[in-house]
Amino acid sequence: MTFDMSQFHQVFFDETAEHLVNMESLLLAINVQQPESEDLNAIFRAAHSIKGGAATFGFSDLAELTHVLENLLDKVRKNELPLSRDIVDASLLSGDLLKEMLAFHRGDEPVDEARIAVLKQKLEQLSVPGVVAVPSVPAAQPAAAVSGRLHIELYPPVAMAVEELWQRLAALGSLQIMQALDEQADPVIPALAVLTTASPCDDVVEMLAFLLSPESFKVVEDTTVEDDGVGFFSLPAIAPSGDIAFEEDGFGLFAPLPASSASHNADIAFEEDGFGLFEPLAAAPSATPVPAANHAPAPAKEPTRPETRAVTAVAAAAGENSIRVSTDKVDLLLNLVGELVITQSMLMQYGSGLDSVEHENLLNSISLLQRNSRELQEAVMSIRMMPIAFVFNRFPRVVRDLAGKLDKQVELKMVGENTELDKGFIEKLSDPLTHLVRNSLDHGIESPEQRRAKGKKETGLLTLRAFHEGGSIVIEVTDDGAGLRRDKILSKARESGLPVSDTMSDTEVWALIFEPGFSTAAEVTDVSGRGVGMDVVRKNIVAMGGRIDISSMVDIGTTMTIRLPLTLAIMDGMSIKIADETYVLPLNYILESLQPKPSEVKTIAGRGQVVSVRGEYLPIVSVAEYFSIDAPASQPDKSILIIVESSSQKVALMVDELLGQQQFVVKNLEANYRKVEGLSGATIMGDGRVALILDVAAIVRMNLQKAHGEILTAQLH
Amino acid sequence: MGVATMDANNSSDTDKARREYLVFALGKEEYGIDILKVQEIRGYDAVTRLAKSPSFIKGVINLRGHIVPIVDMRIKFDVGNVIYNDFTVVIILNVLNRTVGMVVDGVSDVIELSGDDIRPAPEFGAVMNTNYIQGLGVVGERMIIMVDIEKLMSSDEMALMDAAVAANV
Repeated sequence: MTFDMSQFHQVFFDETAEHLVNMESLLLAINVQQPESEDLNAIFRAAHSIKGGAATFGFSDLAELTHVLENLLDKVRKNELPLSRDIVDASLLSGDLLKEMLAFHRGDEPVDEARIAVLKQKLEQLSVPGVVAVPSVPAAQPAAAVSGRLHIELYPPVAMAVEELWQRLAALGSLQIMQALDEQADPVIPALAVLTTASPCDDVVEMLAFLLSPESFKVVEDTTVEDDGVGFFSLPAIAPSGDIAFEEDGFGLFAPLPASSASHNADIAFEEDGFGLFEPLAAAPSATPVPAANHAPAPAKEPTRPETRAVTAVAAAAGENSIRVSTDKVDLLLNLVGELVITQSMLMQYGSGLDSVEHENLLNSISLLQRNSRELQEAVMSIRMMPIAFVFNRFPRVVRDLAGKLDKQVELKMVGENTELDKGFIEKLSDPLTHLVRNSLDHGIESPEQRRAKGKKETGLLTLRAFHEGGSIVIEVTDDGAGLRRDKILSKARESGLPVSDTMSDTEVWALIFEPGFSTAAEVTDVSGRGVGMDVVRKNIVAMGGRIDISSMVDIGTTMTIRLPLTLAIMDGMSIKIADETYVLPLNYILESLQPKPSEVKTIAGRGQVVSVRGEYLPIVSVAEYFSIDAPASQPDKSILIIVESSSQKVALMVDELLGQQQFVVKNLEANYRKVEGLSGATIMGDGRVALILDVAAIVRMNLQKAHGEILTAQLH
Repeated sequence: MGVATMDANNSSDTDKARREYLVFALGKEEYGIDILKVQEIRGYDAVTRLAKSPSFIKGVINLRGHIVPIVDMRIKFDVGNVIYNDFTVVIILNVLNRTVGMVVDGVSDVIELSGDDIRPAPEFGAVMNTNYIQGLGVVGERMIIMVDIEKLMSSDEMALMDAAVAANV
């Protein structure tokens, strides 16, 4: 049986990415002068887990770099090296490179070897302690420098081809096979090999534990002791007894578990590693072997490190409380629940025709079903919701790097990171938000000198805030910088040939910066100022069904406010009727609806019609005509006009009837069909029928192209 | 991708193995499609009309939460009686990871054919373009036109997919 490792690659990628993110956020948060040992340990653990995984899966480039990084971090963790800015920077850089390598293994561009070499060198330099901070602690030698001899025994059943296993082991060092596995012999003769390797014993054990079931192998570090049940560690040590206690303590953690079960044994091997509980092989293996720690339930003899225990317990608990589920499954669930809700409302409809006395029980059950299905729907929807922290978390790094580049001092404050929004938005938000943050740093917040001159604190403040408001989520990017300059924007707009006037309101002026090609930055930097950003930001936000507003005051600061619906999957809409067809109009486009008097409707050049709404002439678009619905042409003054606005263009849509306002589950048409002009999707109504959702933006755009000349004439009159 | 798989099957498996085909009627002709592409057969429900679509695309229905387009082959190929009643049959197809409903004159039976039973199709005057015809299946006295339904449904003339999607097929 061959063992296909590639099936685990995705898991490794995901986990490594998570570890990297974790490591980065810890590095950014760390206090360089007085680092918490907890944090240092956590950073080390992240690096170590990446290394372990990478080595197991054969990503040697990742493993090598992490190995060097891990050495450095290990020294810092043990107070052999003081933490410095340089170390944090180098670690962050390593994180970046690791990310790129990861991307490469996922099929991206390869990473420049030279950069890796330079970084490795830097890390190695940094890890040479200038002064040994705590001389009492023996300087740990890099594990790689020690060559150990490991006796490896294999017992059947072996879960993979033995040859392949030997090959893998041989890759770690020089392997000498003493005895081949003979399953036919009785009693079975176990395979025996001696591996001389630079890899720590634990790494080898880890690899084997991954490939084989725990009872089928045994690794003993160069020693003659062969007590049974010894699994995983035999301690080479001249180490002070503290070290041993540490190890034992590690085992003690798992003491309550029934150690007899095979899977638990495997767990121990992994967990041990994950929490960095083992010490590097600190010294000459020729030293007197210490009786190996037995993994059978060993009471924690020396409860000297209660804090370690607590942390481990918490970490383990967190791992158990969440599961990875593919979004497809969640969406399927969501679909099914949607169906259930529709079925339930059908039942409801039929039930309403029944006699309420005779069928009391049935009707009660139906209303119970209604309540349950609604709660179920909400619960399922909440699976798709994720805290916005997933977007916000990248900004400490962005701000730190950018502030350094621009020579500005910026403090980043994040509020409401736990505000939840639809997972679909999480990915789409990150680019527009990054752009806004970069803009605020580049154009908004001034240099320390300028700030001092203005009497402000030298450190600028950038606030990211998220909160719920009504049915939407609001995200604000606020800086206390220079603010937008009205005169500058206006003159720039004139240069670009935009129609502006001095009497425009501030809001209208600020909106100009969203125009394509607009940039007031005096010079183009590599941070911002090419004028391709803000219009894209607005386009992205609008595409998500949201909008963006600016408020700004000179020398006080600027706030960009993004408003998004809570989820992509549900939309507030108005159902309308045209002839006998039902359509849905997204609520966020609707300004008002009205029934015009005949005198308010004017015909232009005998073709287009306009309606006068408080002195403003708006073109009338007949939805029936637009969709070529077979119905007697209705008169505007006998229909209902819905005023909609899209990209600051207002249009009056002529419909026959307003049916009501409610929430709709949005489904796309492209899944099984193709894009239809003028429609943005479909939804399923309470009666199970499909209603189409109007694409207001497209209708307005189309009307504009068709009737541009006519509208202009109307406005002149 | 779907097409590729099917071709591979045709060249290797069908010669030996027998496969099942669903036979439906369009006008006076009988057509057969790979039964594995058929999800279900159901009656004709009220559809929601799609504006700006060809007349043979009747609209979309709600099939257990999925929005599924319905094409009327009778209109498309201008055969049969285009009336909708309780006996109108819709074959729900699963092609290229999409779901499409197809209105036909009627579904007669499921037949089993091996590769040998399918003769190459000569140029002849069926209502369907020969591009989509894999061959002629002979069952006793009957002659059944075997259709590559995937190819047909992804074709430009059916207008069921965006050009970009169809190009990837």
